[in-house]
Amino acid sequence: MARTIVITSGKGGVGKTTTAAAMAMGLAQRGHRTAVIDFDVGLRNLDLVMGCERRVVYDFANVINGEANLNQALIRDKRCENLFILPASQTRDKEALTLEGVGQVLEELGKTYEYIVCDSPAGIEHGALMAMYYADDALLVTNPEVSSVRDSDRMLGILSSKSRRALQGEEPIREFLLLTRYSPERVARGEMLGLEDVQEILALYMLGVIPESKSVLNASNAGNPVILDQESDAGIAYSDMVARYLGEERPMRFLDPERKGLFSRLFRG
Amino acid sequence: MGLIDYFRSAAGPNKGSASVAKERLRILVAHDRAARDRPFYLPKLQEEIVAVIRKYVAVDNDAVSVNYEQEDSQEILEVNIVLPESPP
Repeated sequence: MARTIVITSGKGGVGKTTTAAAMAMGLAQRGHRTAVIDFDVGLRNLDLVMGCERRVVYDFANVINGEANLNQALIRDKRCENLFILPASQTRDKEALTLEGVGQVLEELGKTYEYIVCDSPAGIEHGALMAMYYADDALLVTNPEVSSVRDSDRMLGILSSKSRRALQGEEPIREFLLLTRYSPERVARGEMLGLEDVQEILALYMLGVIPESKSVLNASNAGNPVILDQESDAGIAYSDMVARYLGEERPMRFLDPERKGLFSRLFRG
Repeated sequence: MGLIDYFRSAAGPNKGSASVAKERLRILVAHDRAARDRPFYLPKLQEEIVAVIRKYVAVDNDAVSVNYEQEDSQEILEVNIVLPESPP
């Protein structure tokens, strides 16, 4: 039986797709057969971040409509043989995904995969509801910024009222927090909400803190999930996140400001 | 600028806007969560209670207040009805 993980946030642009790509790649690299699904109908982007955009033939909606079978639509990652990508449809029909159709695809994937990572679109509309409905676990990607924290809390409310587990009275979804675009320097100056602040407000288990890093943009430019860049802070922080998800104890890293020399402090070098 | 910022940051971390953000969020999230835990039928319940009371006593819409509170494992539904001072 596969574990279904939704990567969600409410707010857009906080790093859901980057995180979904990292989570899926990290799980697959550790030997778990993993599928990652793009739920953003009409705004397909996971394929681009994963670097397989030229290999898309069929998509999620084709599978649901019976125009292709699941194995035809799944794209095997070239870097990791345990990882498969199911791209979103580029149709403008927002109702391309149905609860029944999504459920069937997840059930079929569940027969042969250990983890199914669902990359949710922003917002709380149809696509986001489809992405979270069948989730066992939810990862709330949050920036240390007021609107993002508030939206994550809204999403927590939706998870606890509109998901399958909530509606069928099952054990609730396990909810985790991931802080992204974290800048320890700005936190130290009191300009940005810190890890403890966000954790106190949302009261969720913190799965990781991803520092603001140039390597995230470099990675998506090249179509490589940033977790593959183990030279970068963000890549290492994502590896820690996956390890913690799998139950390992890892201390949080990259929380202290970089020590700058007096010269650069005085002149903001 | 750099020099001023340097002394400002040395004065303590609570001088920045983050503490304002935290305080605002704390209030907002507490308020949202309280509203979220309320049963969906409360507004309708309030409406119908007012309608029933109006059959017997002339009261205003705001004469009935329905409050819902949750404390640990206890749920409290409090209905407060203010009757007019002198019955017509």
